[in-house]
Amino acid sequence: MKKIFSYTDGLTKKTTHYCPGCTHGVIHRMVGEVIEELGLRETTVGVAPVGCSVLAYEYFNCDMFEASHGRAPAVATGAKRCRPNLTVFTYQGDGDLASIGMAEIVHAANRGEKFTTIFVNNAIYGMTGGQMAPTTMPNQRATTCPMGRDVEEVGHPIKVAELLSSLTTPAYVARVSSHTPEETIKAKAAIKQAFQYQKEGRCYTFVEVLSICPTNWGLSPRESNTWLEKEMMPYYPLGVLKRPEDFEGGTDGGN
Amino acid sequence: MAKVLMKGNEAIGEAAIRAGCIHFFGYPITPQSEVPEYLSRRLPEVGGLYLQAESEVAASNMIYGAAGVGVRVLTTSSSPGISLMAEGLSYIAACELPCVLVNIMRAGPGLGGILPAQGDYLQATKGTGHGDFNLIVLAPASVQEAVDLMLVAFELAEKYRNPVILIGDGMIGQMMEPVEFPEVKVGEPLGPTDYALTGCKGRERRIVNSLYLDAQKLNDHNEKLKAKFELITENEQRWEYYNTEEPFDVLLTGFGMMARICKTAIDVLKGEGINIGLFRPITAKPFPYKPLRELIDRSKRVLCVEMNMGQMLLDVQFAAEGTVPIDFYGKAGGIIPSVEDVVEQLRASIAKVGGSRSGK
Amino acid sequence: MAVTEVLMAGFGGQGMLLSGKLLAYAAMEDGKEVSWLPSYGPEMRGGTANVTVCVSDDPVGSPYIIEPVALLVMNQPSLEKFGPRVKKGGLIVVNTSLIPITADRDDCTVLNIAANDVAKKAGTARAANLVMLGAYVGWSGIVDKSVTIAKIEKEFASKAKFIPANVAAFEAGYAEGEKMKGGA
Repeated sequence: MKKIFSYTDGLTKKTTHYCPGCTHGVIHRMVGEVIEELGLRETTVGVAPVGCSVLAYEYFNCDMFEASHGRAPAVATGAKRCRPNLTVFTYQGDGDLASIGMAEIVHAANRGEKFTTIFVNNAIYGMTGGQMAPTTMPNQRATTCPMGRDVEEVGHPIKVAELLSSLTTPAYVARVSSHTPEETIKAKAAIKQAFQYQKEGRCYTFVEVLSICPTNWGLSPRESNTWLEKEMMPYYPLGVLKRPEDFEGGTDGGN
Repeated sequence: MAKVLMKGNEAIGEAAIRAGCIHFFGYPITPQSEVPEYLSRRLPEVGGLYLQAESEVAASNMIYGAAGVGVRVLTTSSSPGISLMAEGLSYIAACELPCVLVNIMRAGPGLGGILPAQGDYLQATKGTGHGDFNLIVLAPASVQEAVDLMLVAFELAEKYRNPVILIGDGMIGQMMEPVEFPEVKVGEPLGPTDYALTGCKGRERRIVNSLYLDAQKLNDHNEKLKAKFELITENEQRWEYYNTEEPFDVLLTGFGMMARICKTAIDVLKGEGINIGLFRPITAKPFPYKPLRELIDRSKRVLCVEMNMGQMLLDVQFAAEGTVPIDFYGKAGGIIPSVEDVVEQLRASIAKVGGSRSGK
Repeated sequence: MAVTEVLMAGFGGQGMLLSGKLLAYAAMEDGKEVSWLPSYGPEMRGGTANVTVCVSDDPVGSPYIIEPVALLVMNQPSLEKFGPRVKKGGLIVVNTSLIPITADRDDCTVLNIAANDVAKKAGTARAANLVMLGAYVGWSGIVDKSVTIAKIEKEFASKAKFIPANVAAFEAGYAEGEKMKGGA
């Protein structure tokens, strides 16, 4: 019999600590598979963030850093600049990347650091218990905005992929989702494209992955998927926002 | 090699290259900007890497990343910038990675001023960042010593896998003095880097991490760091005695450039037949308590002079254990105690000793 | 030789830091111990700028000097500020092209020199700082003339066309200083 699926060598055998229904596990697997498929496992250094995926260094089956909150892009910059032959990626959540680490991500992208960022956007702070994130949706309830996010008070959610796309420096920027098998297939293709560009030494690569948080959203996984599709996707449209080819006299403007 | 006349900041940059360090991440700040300026020009010549970070917070995390992949790395800054680097430093120390920092101190607190000061002694020696960790702190008193200690800094950082910080006041960064450099060690690799993240080909994967959710494991890790610092304390104390051969009633203490000014004050009084000894720590941490105590035991009174409001003073008091009275004289804000000031303070201390054995 | 402390002061851009550097270079070449300590402020140009150069046979102790042996001043505020501090029996070189007053010290040697005018005659008014340096070196003999000239040539190596005028300015100042040697 032909073996058509097996556990990826890109991940360790350790059972994750993620809540039931959380899509971090799916996203981990996509990253792990891409690393394996591109034959990069033995030359990869990953950088784990602070947040729900703080223990990601336990799960990715390669050399790993654990960074301080928000600084993964700075750590990745130090690593990749000093050892350009390594494949370097950061795996960050929305609090880590879009709040405390906004300066680091914008400047790393703007310098065109040749590493890959996997940005998991679930519109909430998960690990600390469901507080408001910079990506929390208008009127969405969180433990620090119990009446829902008031955009008059705290502004609108930040569209990181769009923000990074506005930089002049060439990059690959995509937004994908993890809530259906179909979107997951597209998400993996985008992650693979990102690592491929890095392998070729092309540009900074960034994939935002919309993700669900049933625990802190107070919804079942199924309801969460619906909520993501109905509430998040219109505000955070999926697609490729920027390609390095755009700057090389290549294809159209993306998307 | 022939001597060259060089600004302290530039000499520090060159010394790093001579120590084999060709990776620099930093952020401009007065009065140390000549270091990044110099290295941005010089590092490309030796195939090295210079990168201007977006902030000192980022710079400290870039050196964490660089140290973690097993390269020799340097960052430099001045007081407010070092406060921002405290984050990265705590992680670097926790993960036991080698790196070298330089703090060309300016006047604080807050935005303070850009003139020379020594107000970060306690920050460097007692509380650079959160948690129980120790930096090795070197305090040069001349441009040549800054160069020599930069080489020592990298050696110690790698020997103990611990961050080392060199503290100098703005004067040492801005002044020019003749210096002699050792031969270039460019490209010389680090010693064993069995901790470095270089890709897991042919070996078990490695993790550079300071997260220990298990209390016992974190306690054990703290014990390990403590034991390491005890070893450093045992092996790496450096200090200077000046004019201590003859008997003296008053012992003068100071560190860095302040100690230079103290030496001249001692020479002035010596011309009048008054003998004063000087103790200068070269490693502000590990502080040479015993060598200081030996001199304290030979004196009747101590005068501690600093360009701050009394920081090394705490170490001097600790060494003295209340056995002799300790006077303090300090200026901050960029005011440098002059030779004349120190002489005057010494006379006051001598007068307090009363009928004495001063002089020959 | 005991330590000789020279304070050179003027406005930023007048070149006193460079004069100090040239003196330090030349003295180092002569085998002396030296230090060059600038004052520094937030402004890049136009503020006061001064530098203290110590020249000694022994390692320099304090490079930070309140009372120098010699003062070279390019502007009135610096003369008013530092003039009274010069050690008794010391030297004050005053650029009379720019300073309408003179040093009020009868316990020092005061060397008045119209540095800008002398420099202009030598080929460039911008070399007044080298006239001042020349006057001091000529008067004091602290460093060898030809060694100092070699340092000037080296300093301007990338701007070779300025070398002759700058050297001429230094020499003109030197001649003035030498003339006043032993008297005042």
